[in-house]
Amino acid sequence: MGIRERLSGNEAVAYAMKQINPDVMGAFPITPSTEIPQYFSAYVDNGEVDTEFIAVESEHSAMSTCIGAEAAGCRAISATSSCGLCYMTEMLYVAASDRLPITLAVSCRALSGPININNDHSDVMGVRDTGWLVLFAETNQEAYDNYLQAMRIGEAVGLPIMVCQDGFITSHAIENIELVETEKVKAFVGEYKPQHYLLNKDEPMSVGAYATPVYYMEAKRQQAQAMIDAKGVIKQVAKEFEEMTGRSYGLIEKYMMDDAEEAIILMGSSAGTAKEAVKQLRAQGKKVGLIKIRSFRPFPAEEIAEALKNVKAFASMDKDDSYNGHCGPIHAEVCTGLYANGVFGPKGIGYIYGLGGRDVRVESIQKVFAELEQIAETGQVGETYRYLEVRE
Amino acid sequence: MSYSLKENLMKEERLSGGHRMCAGCGSPIAVRTVLRALEPEDKAVVCSATSCLEVSTFMYPYTAWKGSFIHNAFENAGATISGVETAYKVMKKKGQLDDTWKFIAFGGDGGTYDIGLQSLSGAMERGHDMVYVCYDNEAYMNTGIQRSSSTPHFADTTTTPAGTVIPGKLQKKKDLTKIMVAHGIPYVGQTTFIGNFKDISEKAHRAIYTPGPAFLNVMAPCPRGWRYPSEKLMKVTKAAVETCVWPLYEVIEGKYILSYEPKQKKPVEEYLKLQGRFAHMFRPGNEWMIRQVQEEVDRNWEALLTLCNL
Amino acid sequence: MSHLAKDMTPDVTWKDITPGCNIFEGGTSAAVETGDWRTMRPVIDWDKCRQCLLCAPVCPDLSIPVGPDGKRGEFNYFFCKGCGICSNVCPFGAITMVKEAK
Repeated sequence: MGIRERLSGNEAVAYAMKQINPDVMGAFPITPSTEIPQYFSAYVDNGEVDTEFIAVESEHSAMSTCIGAEAAGCRAISATSSCGLCYMTEMLYVAASDRLPITLAVSCRALSGPININNDHSDVMGVRDTGWLVLFAETNQEAYDNYLQAMRIGEAVGLPIMVCQDGFITSHAIENIELVETEKVKAFVGEYKPQHYLLNKDEPMSVGAYATPVYYMEAKRQQAQAMIDAKGVIKQVAKEFEEMTGRSYGLIEKYMMDDAEEAIILMGSSAGTAKEAVKQLRAQGKKVGLIKIRSFRPFPAEEIAEALKNVKAFASMDKDDSYNGHCGPIHAEVCTGLYANGVFGPKGIGYIYGLGGRDVRVESIQKVFAELEQIAETGQVGETYRYLEVRE
Repeated sequence: MSYSLKENLMKEERLSGGHRMCAGCGSPIAVRTVLRALEPEDKAVVCSATSCLEVSTFMYPYTAWKGSFIHNAFENAGATISGVETAYKVMKKKGQLDDTWKFIAFGGDGGTYDIGLQSLSGAMERGHDMVYVCYDNEAYMNTGIQRSSSTPHFADTTTTPAGTVIPGKLQKKKDLTKIMVAHGIPYVGQTTFIGNFKDISEKAHRAIYTPGPAFLNVMAPCPRGWRYPSEKLMKVTKAAVETCVWPLYEVIEGKYILSYEPKQKKPVEEYLKLQGRFAHMFRPGNEWMIRQVQEEVDRNWEALLTLCNL
Repeated sequence: MSHLAKDMTPDVTWKDITPGCNIFEGGTSAAVETGDWRTMRPVIDWDKCRQCLLCAPVCPDLSIPVGPDGKRGEFNYFFCKGCGICSNVCPFGAITMVKEAK
């Protein structure tokens, strides 16, 4: 039986870090993830962890120190948000292509401009093609649980991993949470034993090659395979986690999807609101359901296609916009996923919602379902690129 | 122990041949000399900023680095090596390592004076036990001789071409060595290749074996960018020192120490005339440019002598 | 599966290439001949050489080996790019640059 606590999402993640006791943390303050390095620094300064904390002068250096430390043979971690994640972008690519399983906690926040400190997913979506594994959490509990599973996943496939939660909505809100005993955490996460590392006196290692066109593509194909392989690893680690805690995770979570005729797909804290909306509509006899994406990278295309194959209409909900004049990233990937898996029946629309902390209420989600009901009835899709609850 | 070139050269080289730097490049000379300053029993992780040095020494699958090496990006050699050094501290603390490792970063002037300055400043301020070596060839040579903040006044580069209206680089060279001194770190040295390499070898040894952060600024000429025949490298560095364009000095715990004072300070022409990048300064009507550079060099030299209490 | 640099030939497959293009050995560039860049070749006159060693540290290409006896040996023409710095620093005129015969 776990330990019952009341923690904010940031505190829960910092606590998970403490339990894991990683080697090096390089981090820089930025709202709303600042609290993570703050809490963690207190653990460091009070001797509760063995970790060396590097108080860097920027997020770029935060990720650079993590790359150096992880390549050296250590577990390296960081935390950031918004512009900080943007500023790391160049280094995120390097971390992934160098195959360094760094763990990064992200408290998601909108990007400038206009400057805005509240939640949406523009930051993580902006770095979605950097080659990182990306997990999203709905609740504080999930942020904590995902963090405990992250290193196992990243280290198994040799890719860095982002553990994302919604800034302020879960990062600062205090919720009941069930913590795992530290000994169990340590046993679950295990020790980091890289096969090759810089500080191996018996084997010199060179990291960060210049690769000519003769080699570059083979290296990238191998990296792509690690992402493909991660799907199985995420499921396997989740299975072991469930055996330890009783809490079950997958690549996606399906909520009342069995006989659903209309469904929405989204990520993060809005899933809680959406579940309430679904529950209320179900009470009215409407066949509606929700697909929550937990693993954005790798993208669970097959799982989503399978879950959507019998629905009449669906809406992908993007908490950011690709500004392609067409749709957000989730909708784009869901639609390609359906096509690739031979699912052509469902009518789909994309909603951009919740930008810069715009509140998403149960009624907001119900409005989406009302639209879907109409599409299901008429077969008329109408505009597929929509903004939810923007003042006209 | 007094310096002996012979003893120094009998140490094992930590850089291998087969790298693809241009013939006569100053950078590998700086690298192999600095690495020979390591005690043979000590191990080292070397980091290089993206640069000529990096792309030429680790073109997959050929690494010229005999020990462990990491390249990350252009602007973050300081932060990257600080991460490696921190990992070492943790692993040492946990008893996972028993050897002594040293941490040395190399960057060109572009990666050090310009785009990597923040990362370097952060690493120095945090006090990591590391050495950052700038091999200063006074322009972005890897991309084709563009000006950097290290490029000297009036130099002709591909982004400051000596034109009919604008006569080369209008700005003076940034004094990075003094910026590093201002960090209050225990060791800062400025050097180049002179004679039997005593100056650079001793400074590299002090930089590596002074606990805490150290910075070494090494003038490392680029025959292509500076436009002199490659065999003249040692003539160019000597002229830089004899004209006081590039004084040799070090700052130990804040105390300035002049390493070499020319018996007779030579006029700057002696240095400028060796290099095609300054050729336009010798055209009739451009005498003022040489005069101005001489004034700048005189002023800097006097200021340095004052700092050295001379 | 080999992780040796020598096996990372231009026909290596994506399954076999070393992860991240990292190399797990030191000094693999020793297999790369850069001597064929040379247009001028340094030639030493051993009668003139006094083993002052001033030529050895200036070589960018590690082509002037100094042995355990503290004496320089023959040029390593496999690496030497013929830059001529050594010839220029020799106080005794012992190193001459001659046109490379192709």
